[in-house]
Amino acid sequence: MSEAWRQAFARVPDLLAAHIQLSFSALLLALFLCFPLSIWAARKPKVATVILAFASLVQTIPALALLALFYPILLGLSVLLGEGISALGFLPALLALTLYALLPILRNAVTGLTGVDPAAKEAADGLGMTAAQKLRLVEAPLAAPTIMAGIRTAAVWTIGAATLSTTVGQASLGDLIFAGLQTQNWTLVMAGCLASAALAIIVDLLLGMIEHAIAVRKKSRAWVATAILAIGLSAALLPSLQSRDDVIVIGAKGFSEQFILARLIGGRLEEAGYEIEYRDGLGSAVVFQAVMAGDIDISIDYSGTIWTNQMKRTAAVPTPQMLDEIAGWVSAEYGGNMLGALGFENTYAFAVRPEDAADRGLATLDDLARYSSTFSFGTDLEFLERPEWDMVKSAYPMRFKEERSFNPTFMYPALSSGEVDVISAFSSDGRIAANGFVVLEDTKGAVPSYEAMILIAPNRRNEKPFVEAIKPLIGAITVENMREANYRVDRDADKQTPEQAAKWLDRRLRNGKVE
Amino acid sequence: MSVPGPRIKMQNVSRQYGALKAVDDVTLEIESGSLVALVGLSGSGKSTLLKMINRLVDPTGGDILVGGENILNSDPHILRRRIGYVFQNIGLFPHMNIARNIAIGLELAGESGAGDKRVAELLDLVELPQEMALRVPEQLSGGQQQRVGVARALATRPGLMLMDEPFGALDPVTRDSLVSQYKALHEKLGLTTIIVTHDMAEALYLADRILVMEEGQIKADATPAEMLSGGAGDEAEALVAVPRAQAAHLSQLGGKA
Repeated sequence: MSEAWRQAFARVPDLLAAHIQLSFSALLLALFLCFPLSIWAARKPKVATVILAFASLVQTIPALALLALFYPILLGLSVLLGEGISALGFLPALLALTLYALLPILRNAVTGLTGVDPAAKEAADGLGMTAAQKLRLVEAPLAAPTIMAGIRTAAVWTIGAATLSTTVGQASLGDLIFAGLQTQNWTLVMAGCLASAALAIIVDLLLGMIEHAIAVRKKSRAWVATAILAIGLSAALLPSLQSRDDVIVIGAKGFSEQFILARLIGGRLEEAGYEIEYRDGLGSAVVFQAVMAGDIDISIDYSGTIWTNQMKRTAAVPTPQMLDEIAGWVSAEYGGNMLGALGFENTYAFAVRPEDAADRGLATLDDLARYSSTFSFGTDLEFLERPEWDMVKSAYPMRFKEERSFNPTFMYPALSSGEVDVISAFSSDGRIAANGFVVLEDTKGAVPSYEAMILIAPNRRNEKPFVEAIKPLIGAITVENMREANYRVDRDADKQTPEQAAKWLDRRLRNGKVE
Repeated sequence: MSVPGPRIKMQNVSRQYGALKAVDDVTLEIESGSLVALVGLSGSGKSTLLKMINRLVDPTGGDILVGGENILNSDPHILRRRIGYVFQNIGLFPHMNIARNIAIGLELAGESGAGDKRVAELLDLVELPQEMALRVPEQLSGGQQQRVGVARALATRPGLMLMDEPFGALDPVTRDSLVSQYKALHEKLGLTTIIVTHDMAEALYLADRILVMEEGQIKADATPAEMLSGGAGDEAEALVAVPRAQAAHLSQLGGKA
């Protein structure tokens, strides 16, 4: 097995355990809800219509959207109810997956219970069974194969959909898939897919064995399959029994720079004796709220993002003043700590192909605005919805022929191949220079500055060893170093993992100091 | 071992479904130990009347007393455990073997300790071989299944048996032997039995009293002998006419041979 595979699979056991914990909890909770609901629905056809319609409706919401919806809902709840509700991680993932698992279980349970031979039910009544006895001795056993088939479907769905819980900060096998997609590390994607598919297949086989054993009334076989499931489950639950009090959670948004910086910080904290956990691939808005709520302990954010999206400011101010104001605001509003800027900027940089720049004399955004009606514009997934885009448009009147959103990984190839003519690149991205793209100057200063800066959760803001371990990073990272580190992960050949790039960057920083 | 079966008393009993009177003001007494056949066409209310006795159907008016006690005084499931119930579709539990099917009433009453011995007795009683105990219902013929149905109903030693067209779905030969065997059982155990049937010939052979129902009311109440002698009214005469004509036809055929 090659090094890449070995590295990818090294992460599987922990993530698999988290994946199983999440899927199992969601399935268990769904079963718990379905138990009374399906009995009620089986007795009252009108109730069945309403409940099944609701479950079907939930099913039509894409799983990713359902997960995303629970974040603001839980955030609202935690504001109402105060402490104790975490809007990020396990809870939203659990609730979304539970809702998703309801339909197959309910539908099969209602079908199974209403399909019980009326003669058996009449006999049960005639013999003097109470409603509970009738359910336990007659209806449930006769409906069991159908109910089991529903649970089986739900289990496979849940295991598959659980990979999406990465986006709300819950560790799962999806971490491998999302991180791999982001850094074009297909080995990582394959490892995540294979592991979750294998899990789904094994669980399906075992539940199928139980289902068949119930149908042909071979109790021993059902117990064997149950025992195997129980052993696997307890192996997955074991790690969570260990104390997790002093684990530092480092949050990262979904692109390489964030993964690398998270590992850089993680490395420094590990040296200081902390245990580290990473939450990769979080949405921009999610990561800020999460660090301020203490769901994650530390993250890297960008000054312009906080300035426009969180503080709702539009006026551009000089960078030092902006950083001061952000630090004050974060502290006053949330009690969080903006520890300082890392020393480089990652702003939106409008990049074009060198030949276009030469042929049409493109140098500034004003030049771009003149050609915009003949250009296709490629952006990352969120730029068109961000206030910065409005700021740019009001400073430079642009109307593109076409606007397309890409996963950042695919945005650069789209520009090289001519699919789009200009992209909203990231200024610290190594692929701009590597492709020879030309960055157009923002002469009017419409885009605010995007200094990378460290945000620390309120509960860690004054923790000395913690803060001391990270402080040396303040002002230490030049944009050249960041671009090089990013390029090591993003380039097509000889790719490195974020861990390797972080190690390279760390060495560079230490050597720089010695020199 | 036979405690005589209870008396049944019905006082102005009715059951209405919307505007439809399925059972219309029936007043009736059934003696302890008697075997009464309820005969009538489909929709005459005979099954509804039967099922009101073990509260599978609740009356909308009137009182029913079993052994002198109003049936509304006990919870339906407690009442039903004291009354044997056998019906056309049998309703054996397909996921239980024959022994457990028979003993299920004992299990409900919390007497499953005495189960095995009692199951053996009951298999003998309904003339099934002992090795049937470990089979499952789908391995048995229809006639065997209904014997199990009768054994199951008798397991808790009820004094009263309610039977809703118990032999209606069986072939004529099986049916004939079961009818005569049940008659013997009824006498041996001193039961009170009410049996619903639409077959007058079966009623004439089996019962010691026949009630003819039409439109929710009892239109005739007589012994089989009275029925045959024609003194029981027009409705009874119409039902008796069928087997009488068949018998006449058969003897005519026999006379020719």
